[in-house]
Amino acid sequence: MSVPAGRVPSPTTAARPPDTRDPSLRVREFVTPEGIDLQLTLADAGERAAAFLLDVAIIAVLLIVFSLLSVGAALLAGLRTGEFVGIIWLLGAFALRNFYFMAFELTPRAATPGKRILGLRVATRSGRPLTADAIFARNAMRELEVFLPLSFIAVQGGGIDSWIAIMGIVWCGVFVFFPLFNRDRLRVGDLVAGTWVVRAPKRILDADLVAREQSAGFAFTLQQLDAYGIKELSVLEEVLRRKEPSTMATVAQRIRAKIGAAAIVATDEEFLSVYYAGLRGRLESRLLFGRRRKDKYDKA
Amino acid sequence: MTVPLTLKSHRFRAEREADWRRLDALLARMERGGAGRMSDDEVTAIPVLYRSALSSLSVARAISLDQSLIAYLESLCTRGYFCVYGTRTTLAGRIAAFFAGAWPAAVRELWRETLVSAAFMIVGTIVAFILTRESPDWFYSFVPMDLAGGRGPAASTQELRDTLFGSHGGDGLAFFSTFLFTHNAQISLLAFALGFACCLPTAFLMTYNGLMLGAFLSLFAQRGLGFEFGGWVLIHGVTELFAITLAGAAGFRIGWTLAFPGERSRLDALAEAGRKAAIVMAGVVVMLGCAGLLEGVARQLITDTFVRYGIAAASAFVWLSYFYLPRRDSP
Repeated sequence: MSVPAGRVPSPTTAARPPDTRDPSLRVREFVTPEGIDLQLTLADAGERAAAFLLDVAIIAVLLIVFSLLSVGAALLAGLRTGEFVGIIWLLGAFALRNFYFMAFELTPRAATPGKRILGLRVATRSGRPLTADAIFARNAMRELEVFLPLSFIAVQGGGIDSWIAIMGIVWCGVFVFFPLFNRDRLRVGDLVAGTWVVRAPKRILDADLVAREQSAGFAFTLQQLDAYGIKELSVLEEVLRRKEPSTMATVAQRIRAKIGAAAIVATDEEFLSVYYAGLRGRLESRLLFGRRRKDKYDKA
Repeated sequence: MTVPLTLKSHRFRAEREADWRRLDALLARMERGGAGRMSDDEVTAIPVLYRSALSSLSVARAISLDQSLIAYLESLCTRGYFCVYGTRTTLAGRIAAFFAGAWPAAVRELWRETLVSAAFMIVGTIVAFILTRESPDWFYSFVPMDLAGGRGPAASTQELRDTLFGSHGGDGLAFFSTFLFTHNAQISLLAFALGFACCLPTAFLMTYNGLMLGAFLSLFAQRGLGFEFGGWVLIHGVTELFAITLAGAAGFRIGWTLAFPGERSRLDALAEAGRKAAIVMAGVVVMLGCAGLLEGVARQLITDTFVRYGIAAASAFVWLSYFYLPRRDSP
């Protein structure tokens, strides 16, 4: 009876070939032990790639700064301690390459800085706690997905037949582009570790739109409120939150024409907020009686 | 009919909003890693507030048509879920559990793959040994020039002996052994990751490692230095070769599970195999660190071949008993 609001793909979209840009196709059922479906949204390939490139940029900057510091320290310290600095540099570069991702994903946020910026995090597909071994597995696989292809590109000048290098790159492409060929956008590391990357953005609680229009000098009839359904209500909500004058004017004009309310004297914003409050009240009270009116075509 | 003055969903939100904002603030502090600086009351409040937020979410889905409110509650509950059901053990606790049981247990579980991995390496060693003995030119096929470092069929016996016992004057040696550690660790991580490509590249890497070893062994044996070379290589090689064998075993486990997942779904079987293999791999990095220390320090200080064999035997004993001796709490 209680279908979660508007996120589940309707049967008609499921029958059509899936459109990867449609965000509702990336929503996955995720039931907590308390029995509530959190409806996690998976990160899409673009977000994943952007997060990765951000992390690579951060690693590169860190490595350059670290190398410059090391060179400076070695020059100051002379040859004998210079070797010591070299060891520190080797270990530091090794740790940066292998443990940057792991260290950040082991924190409570379970996300590298790149993922944090894009509002993503790593989670297990089973819903169980994310363990250190899973994080190790998903990141050790980067050898295959990132560094092996790079080494094939780098080897080209090294006397090996360029055809071998090209075939190697093609072979590696299977692993590099793996996320594009499955619907959960799993990369090889996710597959091996039993994880996926989900959106976990921090949202700010917006003000309630119905709170503001208590003193309006006009009201709508039931017939006027019955012109629209839930889908139109959420569009109206978005329009009111964006507060773009031209959009509000267009929408207000359309609604006035549809419900025959040209006589009501009010600014567009005032008119829309009062209509929003009225429509929401009407639809919600029908919801309490088990009647969910999907959109304006949905006649009871 | 006029607009109702207050909507049910509006009242619902007004009554609970303070709790949501409180949970939001607590989660934000927790996510910044401030769990240590939070009072006990604050920490214990999180699960309670999380559960009430969850019930708010399910009520909101049923009675409210405010999209932004539902989206906010979904995001809040998701953050709360990861906080409440996320990992709770500390880093020190995880490390302790790793050494106390998780690592040896994972190694024991991969015993079949370990044997296969060792077999590939041994076969490689034998083949290279025989081929190089028949014709020393094979040496150049198996060992890359930069790794040979002047050792080769062209070097005199005395020069070869010096590489085994020379003090090298200590210049750049610690740097070299650190380099070897990072290099080996990277190669073994690659061997592990390559397992995903259905085991074949891992098998190749294992065999190739054996080929290099066999070529060296054959070269030194021809000059009557086989016994000394054994001491030179085994003092750290027991640890290093064991680690590389385990890395190969971890790779084999992943490739094998991918090809033959058994009764469970391929995804589930692979996820479990991957986590098991990852534990082994974390241990491999530790072992390679030990091998680097033995190579960089112990081998330079100890030049007596018998003592070198002694240390090799001792390290073999330590690793084997640590991994394979039955334990009371093992399944």
